[in-house]
Amino acid sequence: MQELTADAAIELRGIDKSFGSVRAVRGVSVRIERGSITGIVGENGAGKSTLMSILYGLYRADAGAILVDGRPVEMTRPRDAIGHGIGMVHQHFMLVDSFTVLENLILGAEGGPLLAGGLAAARSELARLARDYGLAVDPDARVADLSVGEQQRVEILKVLLRGARILILDEPSAVLTPQETDRLLEILRVLRDRGVTVVLITHKLREILAVTEKVIVMRLGEVVAERRTAETTVEELAELMVGRKVRFDLDKAPIREGETLLAARHLSLVDGRGVRLLDDISLEVKAGEIVGIAGVSGNGQSELLQVLSGIRRPTGGEFEACGRRIDAAHPVDPAEMRDLGVAHVPEDRLRQGLVPAFLASETSILGYQDREPFCHNYLLDGPAVGKYCADLMERFDVRPRTPGLLSLNFSGGNQQKLILAREMARNPKVLLVGQPTRGVDIGAIEFIRRELVRSRDAGCAVLVVSVELEEILSLADRILVMFAGRIVGEVAAGQADERTLGLMMAGARAA
Amino acid sequence: MSALRRPLPGWVEIGLLPLANIALAFLVVGLIVEVIGVDPFHALRLLVMGAVGSSESIGYTLYYATNFIFTGLAVAVAFHAGLFNIGGEGQAYIGGLGCGLAVLALDRYLPGLLMIPLAILASAAFGAAWAAIPAWMQAWRGSHIVITTIMFNFVASALMVYLMVNVLIAPGSMTPQSRGFGASAAVPSMQAALQWVGIAVGPSALNLSLLLALLCCVGVWIFLWHTPWGYGLRTMGHNPEAALYAGTSLKRTTMLAMCLSGALAGGVAVNELLGVHHRLLLDFAAGYGFTGIAVALMGRGHPLGIVLAALLFGALQQGGAELAFEIPAITREMVVVIQGLVILFSGALVHLPRPWLQALFARRS
Amino acid sequence: MEETLTLVVATLAATLRVATPLILCAMGGLFSEKSGILDVGLEGKMLMAAFVAAATASVTGSAWAGVGAAILAAELLALLHGFACITHRGNQVVSGIAINILAMGLTVVLGAAWFGRGGQTPPLAGSERLNPIFFPVAGDNILVYGALLSVPFAWWLIERTRFGLRLRAVGEVPLAVDAAGISVSWLRYRAVLLCGLFAGLAGAYLSIAQNAGFSRDMTAGQGFIALAAIIFGRWRPFSALGACLAFGLLDAVAIRLQGVKLPGIGEVPVQLIQALPYLLTLFLLAGVIGRTVAPKAAGVPYEKEP
Repeated sequence: MQELTADAAIELRGIDKSFGSVRAVRGVSVRIERGSITGIVGENGAGKSTLMSILYGLYRADAGAILVDGRPVEMTRPRDAIGHGIGMVHQHFMLVDSFTVLENLILGAEGGPLLAGGLAAARSELARLARDYGLAVDPDARVADLSVGEQQRVEILKVLLRGARILILDEPSAVLTPQETDRLLEILRVLRDRGVTVVLITHKLREILAVTEKVIVMRLGEVVAERRTAETTVEELAELMVGRKVRFDLDKAPIREGETLLAARHLSLVDGRGVRLLDDISLEVKAGEIVGIAGVSGNGQSELLQVLSGIRRPTGGEFEACGRRIDAAHPVDPAEMRDLGVAHVPEDRLRQGLVPAFLASETSILGYQDREPFCHNYLLDGPAVGKYCADLMERFDVRPRTPGLLSLNFSGGNQQKLILAREMARNPKVLLVGQPTRGVDIGAIEFIRRELVRSRDAGCAVLVVSVELEEILSLADRILVMFAGRIVGEVAAGQADERTLGLMMAGARAA
Repeated sequence: MSALRRPLPGWVEIGLLPLANIALAFLVVGLIVEVIGVDPFHALRLLVMGAVGSSESIGYTLYYATNFIFTGLAVAVAFHAGLFNIGGEGQAYIGGLGCGLAVLALDRYLPGLLMIPLAILASAAFGAAWAAIPAWMQAWRGSHIVITTIMFNFVASALMVYLMVNVLIAPGSMTPQSRGFGASAAVPSMQAALQWVGIAVGPSALNLSLLLALLCCVGVWIFLWHTPWGYGLRTMGHNPEAALYAGTSLKRTTMLAMCLSGALAGGVAVNELLGVHHRLLLDFAAGYGFTGIAVALMGRGHPLGIVLAALLFGALQQGGAELAFEIPAITREMVVVIQGLVILFSGALVHLPRPWLQALFARRS
Repeated sequence: MEETLTLVVATLAATLRVATPLILCAMGGLFSEKSGILDVGLEGKMLMAAFVAAATASVTGSAWAGVGAAILAAELLALLHGFACITHRGNQVVSGIAINILAMGLTVVLGAAWFGRGGQTPPLAGSERLNPIFFPVAGDNILVYGALLSVPFAWWLIERTRFGLRLRAVGEVPLAVDAAGISVSWLRYRAVLLCGLFAGLAGAYLSIAQNAGFSRDMTAGQGFIALAAIIFGRWRPFSALGACLAFGLLDAVAIRLQGVKLPGIGEVPVQLIQALPYLLTLFLLAGVIGRTVAPKAAGVPYEKEP
């Protein structure tokens, strides 16, 4: 079925983009039909955001062509994209909180040195848009006073006001409550009915099925499938999204479970705006098992780790670690958690796990600097720390074996190994791990995973959070899936299959 | 402190770059000197001779350096915690209040061996207390520490004037200063101390407070790099998230850093009041607090660098005074101009010479 | 009745006299701060301007030449600050402090070298000064009216023009301004230049209107009081005006209160009154009297994400 080029609002041909050695987008060709809502789905790292950023002029493609309304165009800056009628609503809004809606709308397009005229024009435009698209926002409200859903509407209005006929939304529901998401989808439908072309980037299949006509599935930088939404199912999409993964065969010994060392009961975390970051989380991790938490990032996994490690205080519910009960009224701090025997390998290596400007030897005692044998009589024992670090480096194959080198001079994989070494070397009872192999080279990946399994064999209760499903599948004895702050499914490793997990990760009920 | 630019080889970063900054500052000074009709090289010669030409001048250079070491350390400790303490002047001033109160109350009753340590402690305690308030405001109220410490400088000034004029003034005195301190509160001059071991030097304001300053250098070095609290402090300064991860309390560390900072600033009072003036008077801390910022920046926050930078500024101060004495056209304020320019080039325009240095040294890699 | 009227008028005049440089400086500082550039160097700019104004007026015999030169001098320092903070992305506080110290020293060095009076400029008279317009005793000269007019002007510029909108935006969310295709640097430079203009006028007022010549360190911390006024006025022009007038009133009243015993309090120390602007600002910053919301991006150099 050859469609006329004239019907394509956007066409991308053979787009390639690499960041260093990482090929983020490989030879992607897609057509977006005018006046439709097209969805682009994929897991983390699939390349969907990068592709759209190229379309919007934030990045330049290494190869390939972009056609808008059938004409080839050069996209070097967002201004070019705006000029062609393309508007993007980012995940992180670019609004000035202290301004009113109108002021935010005219910023950059004031229409003259005095504001009065521009404001009046925007006001009437806003009224028109409200009539035509049902996008009602109080023009004189301060953005800081608006709900997140309303703020997002302002972002959409901003883009429409600049004359955009093509709207790209990047994970718009990430910051919205379910009700606000429904309202957003309604707005998208109205926009489509009025002839606006919408591209919706998301990992939530429910949204795809609700509003799109066509869905493009991306995986590892490539387009793996295109389907008419009406002709596909959630199951098919989930499977395409997640694919048949090759497992890293780790030859795990059969599980020897011990007592429960970490248990959460109805744990919840609500932020200042009332968003439920964690919603009624209950889980158990026993000694000698690895529990893996799968899910696309942004569904509460980071917050769960923060609460369990003591960095953040839960707002509701409780959890118990190594015999100590922690809840909102009885908080704990990370130092106490370490005393209890809970170690934590954080998700963000460079911001939390180490201080790039510190020496490797200093990094090797981060969080433990006031304990023996590093510290006697309130003084740090330099030689002892150096020896300890050298020891760790030896055992965990950190290269180069130089405790006196600055932490930032180690490769990502070696940094991660050092952090892992630090947390595992003290034989913790519970080990919390976030994204253990993010940004790590192949050789180190295998090493790290083997060490985690070794720890589990030695009786440690390990909780691993990872956005790489394949990693969870190879490491975990039991798999939990998080979506929108809750645990939406639990599967034993032997019985897990990608399709089911993919469905759970995408927020659709398991069949 | 500064953005990550492409790093130069270590020795260039620590050694050559600061020298380049100073060279630029001196270039501008030379121009100014030229503008007012003096030969810059002649002036430079006089400056250097004035700073180190005789044992007296060396003495004064070291005496000024002592103050700069104290304030430099004060700023550096706060910097390592990510805090910008501009309040060194006020903290030194109030530290002097503590010192003076202790001495005025007890100098008749205590021997020197007890009086002096007590006065030093009082200095440190009062300086720390003056820094603790803005620290608390930052940690618990989020008030910008730069603004609050600037304000506290002015409040300290007003407070001291009030106290000196109305409360602590020596009976029958025309100028606002206290009665003279007793002999037990006098820190021996360096001349006297060296004489004791058979070395003869010319008289100057240099006194044994220098030893205290150097002791503080060692103490700060040990604290920052060899104790768990210093470790936590530096972590917070680099990366508050990592500090949270490690279980460090950001609020408590802020208080600790600022209190230490204020205590160190109090050392200026020890030098000035116990070592030189032997009475409490106004404005003894003038200028040292702000220059301490330059010293800390130039010394890259490390005690060794601070000592070197303090020596440089001490030499500038002393040499500048001599220069002003020798050449009537150049006033004492030239020193202030030089200080300002060095602060500008070492603090705000730190990376200016980078492109040239990168061109010179990038060839290697 | 007559007496109280004279007292009131005299106090008002004294208040305005003291408040004028504060108002001008505060308006200048407001532009800079609103754009996200912290400026603790108001003091230095004002001082340098005062010196240059007096020196030029003395040499040329024209007060207006003095004003022009003062503005030029302040702008040069402002550009220096701008270069260090905006182009070079250096530490804004250090830059401001450096400018203060530089001005403190340079004014005396040049003054002594050129006029030989230990830093003072020769006393000015007649056409070398800006003279009162309507009320000779009250000392109202054109800069006093200028200062009062500068407030609604600043308000209008910030609230009602495109430049003002972008200025406010760049001090809160520079990323949004950049994403809208507007140059963050150029906006901030214009803010810094506006700051220099007003600081220059403030300095000129000090040496050729309020007084008859420049004397060393004549700003005596007024640049910092202006900063306090900005904060106290919550970065809004009219509120800052109110703060400046309040601080000016305090100063005018301080002299009169010396030696006077107030019922229930006793004698109020003049130093307390002098410290009052700072103490009040501190209370404000501690949240004791309301909350302050500084421009979000203030003090942070803008770096484009690669």
